[in-house]
Amino acid sequence: MEENNLLLQVQDLKVYFYNEEGQELKAVDGVGFYLRKGETIALVGESGCGKSVTSLAILRLVDSDGKIQGGKILLEGRDLLSLSEREMREVRGRDISMIFQEPSSALNPVYTIGDQIIEAIILHQKLSYRQARKTAEELLRLVGIPEARKRLDEYPHELSGGMKQRAMIAMALSCHPKVLIADEPTTSLDVTIQAQILELIEELQRQLNMGVILITHDLGVVAGMAERVVVMYAGKVVEEGSRWDIFHHPHHPYTWGLLHSIPRLDVKQEKLAIIPGVVPDPLNFPSGCRFRNRCPLEDEVCLTEPSREEIENQHYVYCHHHSQIEVLETRGFSQ
Amino acid sequence: MNNVPLLQVEDLKKYFPIKAGVFRRTVGWVKAVDGVSFEVFPEETLGIVGESGCGKSTLGMTVMRLYEPTAGSIFFQGEDISSLPASQLKGVRRNIQMIFQDPFTSLDPRMHIGSIVEEGMKVHRVASPPEVRRRALDLLEKVGLGAEYFSRYPHEFSGGQRQRIGIARALALNPRLVVADEPVSSLDVSVRSQILNLLKDLKREYQLTYIFISHDLAVVRQICDRVIVMYLGKVVEIADGDTFFSSPSHPYSVALTSAVPVPDPDYEVKRIILSGDVPSPINPPEGCRFHTRCPVAQEVCSQVEPALEEVGENQWVACHFPGSLSWERA
Ligand SMILES: Nc1ncnc2c1ncn2[C@@H]1O[C@H](COP(=O)(O)OP(=O)(O)OP(=O)(O)O)[C@@H](O)[C@H]1O
Ligand SMILES: Nc1ncnc2c1ncn2[C@@H]1O[C@H](COP(=O)(O)OP(=O)(O)OP(=O)(O)O)[C@@H](O)[C@H]1O
Ligand code: SF4
Ligand SMILES: [Mg+2]
Ligand SMILES: [Mg+2]
Repeated sequence: MEENNLLLQVQDLKVYFYNEEGQELKAVDGVGFYLRKGETIALVGESGCGKSVTSLAILRLVDSDGKIQGGKILLEGRDLLSLSEREMREVRGRDISMIFQEPSSALNPVYTIGDQIIEAIILHQKLSYRQARKTAEELLRLVGIPEARKRLDEYPHELSGGMKQRAMIAMALSCHPKVLIADEPTTSLDVTIQAQILELIEELQRQLNMGVILITHDLGVVAGMAERVVVMYAGKVVEEGSRWDIFHHPHHPYTWGLLHSIPRLDVKQEKLAIIPGVVPDPLNFPSGCRFRNRCPLEDEVCLTEPSREEIENQHYVYCHHHSQIEVLETRGFSQ
Repeated sequence: MNNVPLLQVEDLKKYFPIKAGVFRRTVGWVKAVDGVSFEVFPEETLGIVGESGCGKSTLGMTVMRLYEPTAGSIFFQGEDISSLPASQLKGVRRNIQMIFQDPFTSLDPRMHIGSIVEEGMKVHRVASPPEVRRRALDLLEKVGLGAEYFSRYPHEFSGGQRQRIGIARALALNPRLVVADEPVSSLDVSVRSQILNLLKDLKREYQLTYIFISHDLAVVRQICDRVIVMYLGKVVEIADGDTFFSSPSHPYSVALTSAVPVPDPDYEVKRIILSGDVPSPINPPEGCRFHTRCPVAQEVCSQVEPALEEVGENQWVACHFPGSLSWERA
């Protein structure tokens, strides 16, 4: 890809964890995708498939028992994995910000909301305390927090869940990052508040021409917000394409199963479609295709690892039998 | 459906004191559940929806008498259990069981899953030890965990499997009513549907009645016969599932259904965006509690509290202008 609006490229990223017994857990194993300026991509896939670890690796914030064992993370061409810790600290917050899965873990309970946002601003911009405080107040107003000035002096526990989430967004955006990583930004919020928050992220994205990596289990949110979708399974990418490719023409059996197991809102079904079986143990991933123990198309070819194939313009799939996907339309997952 | 309610709740209130200062004086109240009435009929699944903090869990816990009600009555199988002393609650506890949201914290990490399922049966002395063992094995089998799992510990299981253990535990005492509080919220899509199918199967097999608390409307659509919508400690709408999902009537219900994201990129979003934050249950607004965010509110809404009234067959709504916020799914 030789595009000059390319913002972030993750190439062949490998993040492994090691437990006390010295076993290796290949949480992220050769993941790659790209993000353009002003674009939103979604990272989806089963719990534990490596979405959060991937995003933490981009910020180089992986736990100490985990190691980035290979790959490149290029931010506008510069490999973040080769930066010193000091240079990296500047990248965090200034170039790449993250909204964490758990708002309570990102906000420090002993400091006021204002102190935390102001500190983030002063760290990255040359502003006086008074100017930073004014910026912080504007940010809170921008994310729709009423009585912003008063809220600045409140502690996290004094804010409702929805407000904490918004305060965190304000903090993440305080330095006008180029890339925003939003890891489950609206889980546990009511859909009416979720709608407000997503609208807000989109609005700010337009203003700042920011690239957004959205991580969520809510495929409804993905369909509404993401231009492209990266589907992961057991530490690997299994399919990648535009939202139309993924939602209307999924070609990997896992993607197909995932989309068909979303509960429907329009009609009540006797039995909900499922993907039978369970995700393999990450300490013992099967050789070859990692989906093979649950896959209805599986045969001996699947014992070798499928490679990346471009089946339509920029629609990639990792499956030996992607051309047989229609079989699932009649047979489903029930063998 | 049978017409004699299994559970009948009348004007139930649960307030939590807010304490402050050195003397821990009560300086106010969180009105978590504030005058709620409804019925649950045998073998139905009643859904309770509403935003975070509107009082769903508090309602579930109070109905089970895990919280003392502040006011109101709770009839279970015709008997008023709201004022039974703790010593007489044993029978009720057997008949009403709970499945919790968080499969990671609701299981004792030091007990293997067999004894987790057996514990209730032992406490209530429902059978001889070999019989208890046999029933525990049976139940675990029913939820898809074979005998080889019996002596394993909770940390060895995935979220979906732990939720299955919680379900087996809840069914061990053969309850009539199961209160399931967000039983699938922490699970991802494909596991979620597995558990919902399991709950449906078990309901048929054991003639169970469910109160199903969730904020996921699609999940509620799939599993519930009737739906209660709560807002800030009050019921704003009660309707049967088909009616509710085809024509919600309370403006909050309409906004809620309109905001559910649809997994189709061609779907043209026309959601109703509500402005403003959810008010606090410590100081709920006067009149209709929704008036501060309601797109169709009039002056009367900030003055007079609307009562729950029948607006159509099987549909009850607490609003001065029911049905006036219109919205159509494209
Ligand atoms: N600090 C850690 N130490 C050991 N293993 C870890 C650590 N963090 C994550 N893992 C493992 O790495 C894998 C990927 O985890 P990750 O949190 O990225 O999943 P996820 O896709 O974000 O899931 P979810 O949807 O549940 O948030 C899992 O098997 C997890 O157990
Ligand atoms: N033990 C308690 N002490 C004091 N306040 C409480 C307690 N439990 C709940 N509350 C308050 O009561 C209100 C209702 O809470 P509840 O947990 O019932 O909401 P919910 O509808 O279940 O929300 P969620 O969807 O987030 O689970 C909230 O304002 C909450 O802060
Ligand atoms: S490679 Fe084989 S096992 Fe893997 S998804 Fe494709 S058909 Fe199924
Ligand atoms: Mg995660
Ligand atoms: Mg709750």
